[in-house]
Amino acid sequence: MKTNLNIKNRVAIVGAGLTLFRRRMLDTPKELAWGAVKMALESAGLDIKDVEAVVIGSAPDAFDGVHMKGEYLSDGSGGIGKPTMRVYVGGGTGVFTPIAGWWHVASGLFDVVIAVAEEKMSPAQPHPQYVFKHIWDPIIERPLGLNLIWIFAMEMHRYMYRYNIKKEDVALVSVKNKANALDHPAAQAAGKITVDDVLKSEILVWPVQRLDISPVSDGAAAIVMVSEKIARRLTDSPVWVEGVGWALDSTHWTNRDLSYPKYLEVAARMAYKMANIENPRKEIDVAEVYDPFDYKELHHMEGLMLARKGEAPILTKEGITQRDGDLPINPSGGLLGVGNPIAAAGLMKVAEIFWQLRYEAGKRQVKKPVYTGLAQAWGDLMQVGTVIIMRGG
Amino acid sequence: MFEAASRAYADAGIDDPRKTVDAFVTCEEDFWSGISIFDEFTPDQLGGVYKPVYTITSDGLIGLASAYMKIRTGLFDIVVVEAHSKASEIITLNDIINFAYDPIYNRPLNLNPYFLAGLEATKYLHKIGGSRYHLSLIVEKNKTNALKNPLASYASKITAEDVNKLKPIIEPLNPLDIAQPIDVSIVVVLARSDIAKKFTDRIVWIDGIGWATENPSIENRDWSNAAYARIAANMAYKLADIKNPAREFDMAIVDDKISYKELEHIEALRLTGGKNVLRLLEDGEFNIKGSLPVNPHGGELGVGWALEASGLVAVLEGVHQLRNEAVGRQISAKKIVIQSWRGIPTTTGAVAVLTIDN
Repeated sequence: MKTNLNIKNRVAIVGAGLTLFRRRMLDTPKELAWGAVKMALESAGLDIKDVEAVVIGSAPDAFDGVHMKGEYLSDGSGGIGKPTMRVYVGGGTGVFTPIAGWWHVASGLFDVVIAVAEEKMSPAQPHPQYVFKHIWDPIIERPLGLNLIWIFAMEMHRYMYRYNIKKEDVALVSVKNKANALDHPAAQAAGKITVDDVLKSEILVWPVQRLDISPVSDGAAAIVMVSEKIARRLTDSPVWVEGVGWALDSTHWTNRDLSYPKYLEVAARMAYKMANIENPRKEIDVAEVYDPFDYKELHHMEGLMLARKGEAPILTKEGITQRDGDLPINPSGGLLGVGNPIAAAGLMKVAEIFWQLRYEAGKRQVKKPVYTGLAQAWGDLMQVGTVIIMRGG
Repeated sequence: MFEAASRAYADAGIDDPRKTVDAFVTCEEDFWSGISIFDEFTPDQLGGVYKPVYTITSDGLIGLASAYMKIRTGLFDIVVVEAHSKASEIITLNDIINFAYDPIYNRPLNLNPYFLAGLEATKYLHKIGGSRYHLSLIVEKNKTNALKNPLASYASKITAEDVNKLKPIIEPLNPLDIAQPIDVSIVVVLARSDIAKKFTDRIVWIDGIGWATENPSIENRDWSNAAYARIAANMAYKLADIKNPAREFDMAIVDDKISYKELEHIEALRLTGGKNVLRLLEDGEFNIKGSLPVNPHGGELGVGWALEASGLVAVLEGVHQLRNEAVGRQISAKKIVIQSWRGIPTTTGAVAVLTIDN
């Protein structure tokens, strides 16, 4: 990856907002988006009139059941009469939305930008999984009637086989994240569960069981991104966006090694280079790693080079990824605990790192001192990695 | 996409995009493509595997704005923009457009989605004192212009009188007032100025670009004023230091997905210089040989509606004109303005100022 480091303008996050994550929310998608935007603006001490541009993130239109979802969401997102743009990389959209917000400000064109992500999965009938029947190659794969959980079961199986990982070691991630989420006021699926609960939960597609997987959710998240001069005026504790990276692998997921997310390593290297990080395991203090399934947290820790290949389950077992551990992973409770309104879930992770780096995470605040944090998301046909690195002021 | 990308790379002198290009933008909506999470199907054919690739669910000109911003950050040197239409595979086009209306307040009406265009056209013509005949003049101009464009699918030697005789489908609009869909893929290569100079001496510069969304609520927007185009133009003109748009451009390419929109957009872009837009139209000032040629390639009424590639159709024509490659319809142009709109029922559009060195 060729990365040009002649970046002219620094970008800071100065506010964040989050709705409840729930299934079957009564609010419209517009109302969810506005709830998050309003909270983010208030936390930054700004008004919608101060916002110069809006970046919207949302995953498949079919969830909300609206064609041109970015247009539909534009008023709820605060975008009326402004340059407004919706960006999209499937499940990776939540972390990609602030990446797009970053370049809006870093380009020098805008000083105050809202990045908002919304997803309302509940309305999809007969079940939100049915939306995923239409993500496949329409000629080669769709006629097979594939379910999304099937291919993740293949990936999980391959990962476990390749590194000789036991199911109970993977289940520890779900136990940790659901427990962490007990302290998150927006959480949908928090709980004090045991490894045994995971192993005895309903088998969906072996080896994926009910408690290995995040729930169907509705929700929205937003952050306020500003130029350096505005950040210095607004707050003593801006959180700087120091690195961004993303990469797509080939569409042909059947031709790749499912045991390791190479595309994520490429994305992470781009972000680390920009943030001048040479040893991520030592230099990242806290990370929100994408965890729609418990094995994905482990898989992604390795792709991010926060653990060596096959080492993430060991770190988890040793408690290193707990909130009081040396490398806290998903102190928010992640998608497994807080919920998974797809794009909003990714941006929730960015908001969590923002709060962690400002020491505003309350009961969720990790024990160790934190200066550098990372948030990551993943999506498409097990194909895209999106990474953002932030530093406290 | 592969064919268009291959031609664009050859035109730019890029041998291997997998090594040379820093990022890729594609422009598409899921419902147009019939695929959930369309962006999955983009990297291979563009040379973008293991590269920063993403999709914006918007028009190609807004995709261009996105790439423009990325280059301005300093992080990216070369960025590729792709947009396409495969409209011929859409069986129920109007039903899909209906899905863009508010699902609670508007969609249950189950109307022809162009009902809004009919209402807006009526309001706009009333405001400016125009008539059905003025819409027919635009159709005549653009379909006739398209006869000289080898890429045009809906060119026709038709007169305004003939257009006027057609039965309306939604008062005051008849079938020829509404651009019809085409299949196309367009790829544009952008580079930082010093890098671009290494590739070619025929550089087309983006002097300014802007985009905006007005109110998505059809009940609360202004039906006779393309505010999105005015806001976008203000942004683009500020970047390009355009003080007097009516005098500074050699030609304009504006969105004409529906005939009345051409006039509305010309006004929003402040291209009339305070003169009456209807008089300028009647006097032929927007014709190829007029004082400000508008849509010399035939516009979307003549070329066709390229869904999210509409803005890049305009960019392509702009590049051809500025590079003196618009055979048969060439205008001597050094500075042009191009504009796009996402179509009914949206209020989103973009404006760009393109120039070429002497």
